Amino acid sequence: MQKGLKGGGILFLLPAIVFVVLLFVYPFLYGLYLSFTSPEGAPTLSNYARFFTDWWEARTIWVTLKIALPATLINVILAIPFAYHMRHGMRGEKLITFFLIIPLTLGTVLVSEGMLSYMGPNGWLNQLLQAIAIVRGPVRFTHNYWGVLISLVIQGFPFAFLMILGYVSGINPDLEKASQMLGASRAQTFVRVLFPLMVPGIAICFCLNFVMAFSVFPSAVLLGEPSGPTRVIAYAAYQWALEKFDFNIASAISMVMAAIELVVISGVLVWRNRIYRGASMVGKG
Amino acid sequence: MKEFSRFIVKELTKEFEGKTALSRFSLEIANGEFITFLGPSGCGKSTALNCIAGLIPITHGEISIDGECIDDGKNKIPPEKRSFGMVFQNYALFPHLSVFNNVAFGLRLRRLSKPLIHEKVTAALKLVHLEGHENKFPAQMSGGEQQRVAIARCIVLEPRLLMLDEPLSNLDAKLRTEMRNELHTLHTRLGVTTIYVTHDQQEALALSDRIVVMRLGHIQQVGAPGQVYADPANLFVADFMGFKNIWDASLGALRENGDMLEAEVTVKSMKLKARLRYPQGDPRRDGLIAAFKAGAAVKTAIRPEDIHVGRDETGVSMRSRVTLMEYQGQTSYVSALMENDTIVELRPSTPVRVGETLELSIAPEKVFVFAAGRE
Repeated sequence: MQKGLKGGGILFLLPAIVFVVLLFVYPFLYGLYLSFTSPEGAPTLSNYARFFTDWWEARTIWVTLKIALPATLINVILAIPFAYHMRHGMRGEKLITFFLIIPLTLGTVLVSEGMLSYMGPNGWLNQLLQAIAIVRGPVRFTHNYWGVLISLVIQGFPFAFLMILGYVSGINPDLEKASQMLGASRAQTFVRVLFPLMVPGIAICFCLNFVMAFSVFPSAVLLGEPSGPTRVIAYAAYQWALEKFDFNIASAISMVMAAIELVVISGVLVWRNRIYRGASMVGKG
Repeated sequence: MKEFSRFIVKELTKEFEGKTALSRFSLEIANGEFITFLGPSGCGKSTALNCIAGLIPITHGEISIDGECIDDGKNKIPPEKRSFGMVFQNYALFPHLSVFNNVAFGLRLRRLSKPLIHEKVTAALKLVHLEGHENKFPAQMSGGEQQRVAIARCIVLEPRLLMLDEPLSNLDAKLRTEMRNELHTLHTRLGVTTIYVTHDQQEALALSDRIVVMRLGHIQQVGAPGQVYADPANLFVADFMGFKNIWDASLGALRENGDMLEAEVTVKSMKLKARLRYPQGDPRRDGLIAAFKAGAAVKTAIRPEDIHVGRDETGVSMRSRVTLMEYQGQTSYVSALMENDTIVELRPSTPVRVGETLELSIAPEKVFVFAAGRE
């Protein structure tokens, strides 16, 4: 493999490398440069200072974490039992998967629009809840924290489920039988064999889900209260860039976003390595 | 190892979606016995094993140990409470656990004390010659080593029954023979009752106290290796145990002579004499007599090594021309075309050349004849 790359193989990688450099590396480095310079081009830390000292801006970190972390936890934790039960396939699996994938294919805006009408004060969900007398007045599911959280679950759960399902169904079913033959109950087999083997998949799934949720933007605007309670960090960056036209502060905010995502991801990977030491050695057997 | 006095499998039947994978499988297992389920893929041998293990539910039948019902299709003791051990074809070691922790897995579930676990694991690893490998992970080991860990992981729990599901089929030829010898030694040392599943007749012959030959979910023959090898119960067993020269034939004459049957068969104009040790009540005897009365076709089965090259006063001799020769060291695999236009397979001890004409003879005791009715 490496020998091949040294030779002419590198040519085949070239389009991919160009693609990554143009669309990812260059914009990132340019953003990094912008974030450390003034609009006139002089090096400065004031963009970061401005963000962290302005409570209205700095609190977006907390606001976003408060939405993204619970949403990610719900998605991943909910996906584990579903994936566990469907690991050997089941009747109607294709139908279930189909319905789970729909929200992914529709896109955030359509799902948000749907939620606005179905879960709004006069939507069928509220009418139903009132008809069966669970609640008196209409419950607010939209234009607040809960609207954003629900939309993140609707969008993120199928993704988490499919990822973890792929991971669990790749675990050799004989391992479960072996565990059983050695005297383990179903629960013991899950705790001692399946879960540790799922940890790498869960960790990656958590990371991807968290990054998606942390950069939430359309549903925070459409379903939340972007004027305050759900003024997420991506929205702050958007306002600075396209409402106040200060790309330097907007870049600084993006860099803060990236840094927080990195911190959370590193934390998750450390947790994974603690539980699953043999991770790098799965191959044969 | 835990002992028992009566392990009975009675009329075990397993149906999958209307298809019968295992039909009326009955077997009594003696303590300390090494039993092999032998047959081609799809014969039900693995199904039988998994049913006994409790890993798949049975449709009918009963399994009991010392009068205690383990499984009767309605009430079953779950596999984790049967104290049986199973070694899987792909070893099924836990990839996230070290060798030590793999072997300690079952002991930890039984909440043994730490020093006791350490002592038992060390002893088990020593038994399979893996001292010093405690901290390795399965993926760092060869197939043979992984297999040993899988065996140690089972025997450390001192199971009532050790089950091995094609344990050697993922190993290369040399290692397979080595591991086979080791399994043999281990069984002799520990005396653990063992069920071994394989499609390899060599392994079955080498290891077993008794062989259960299976086909399409049915038991074909149960017997000691020598018995199954030398006295196959039907054409299928003969074919599977290395008999060749299975020819369509007709019965010209059949005489009963005590426990013996004297037969004259004709294979495409070639006449053969057969002296068959099919005692009274033997289904093979009844089958042949019925076939003779009905004038039905029969089939022969003769081991290639039983065909004598050269003239012989007792047998019938025929001429043949060698068409294929594969050198195999001690012997050669030789195919020859006889004058009756039938291919004969033989293993001459002296070298022959393709195109050479050979005089062949077959002793009547070496010819098996089976009724051809049930294929």
